[in-house]
Amino acid sequence: MTHWFAIIMGAALFTLMIPVIYRIWVGPTCFDRILGVNVIGTKTAVLLVIIGTLFERVEMFVDFAITYALLNFVGAIVISRYLNRTISLKDMESREKEGARKR
Amino acid sequence: MMSFSSPFQCLASATVEAGSSEGGFLVLQVIGVLLGVLGLIFFLGAAVGLVRFPDFYTRLHAAGKGDTLSTMLMLTGFALVTMEDFSLSSWLLLIKIMAVVFFIYLTSPTSSHALMRAAFEDDEMPITEDDIKKRNRQKGGKKS
Repeated sequence: MTHWFAIIMGAALFTLMIPVIYRIWVGPTCFDRILGVNVIGTKTAVLLVIIGTLFERVEMFVDFAITYALLNFVGAIVISRYLNRTISLKDMESREKEGARKR
Repeated sequence: MMSFSSPFQCLASATVEAGSSEGGFLVLQVIGVLLGVLGLIFFLGAAVGLVRFPDFYTRLHAAGKGDTLSTMLMLTGFALVTMEDFSLSSWLLLIKIMAVVFFIYLTSPTSSHALMRAAFEDDEMPITEDDIKKRNRQKGGKKS
């Protein structure tokens, strides 16, 4: 029962990853693509636990899942910090005030 | 098929042992399967929202919530399903999987918040009703 549950669950996860891959493929902005990659990375941690259930070695694959989730989180933070223009909040407020004066 | 025959034998022996002692084993499995299916439903919602929503922020809303909750539900379900007997190693496995769940519970909203902050500081504006009206007018103009 555990075996078939794991197989059906993994197949359903793969099937539901296809819309996310579509969003990565045609994302209008680059943030959409990063979001899709982040979602797929989180689901891969689940998929690693499922594969561990199939191989009867869950205690080993759970460590892989922890590592994968950690790397996914660090990657998302680093890419989002890299992509913004590193404007501090004070700069944004001053820019908004200037825009209000021009109007 | 040879590699698949051993888990069945192991499971069969486990069910026989659990059936002889107590019936808590099957209850845990049923709860785990229900949690897994619930997580799949939440991930279906996240995927549909990720495809159909019009704006980056709405898509982030769908993906951030649905992804976090579905991952937590599915991992908890698998932690309950793989709980074969109540020995020390299986308790350790349960604690490990719950550690992954706790980690994702902390990090997934954090990463989506950082992504939202990056998009907002990159002058990506959320969609408004005027934008939708303009889009509809342009579509109608192209058709007529």
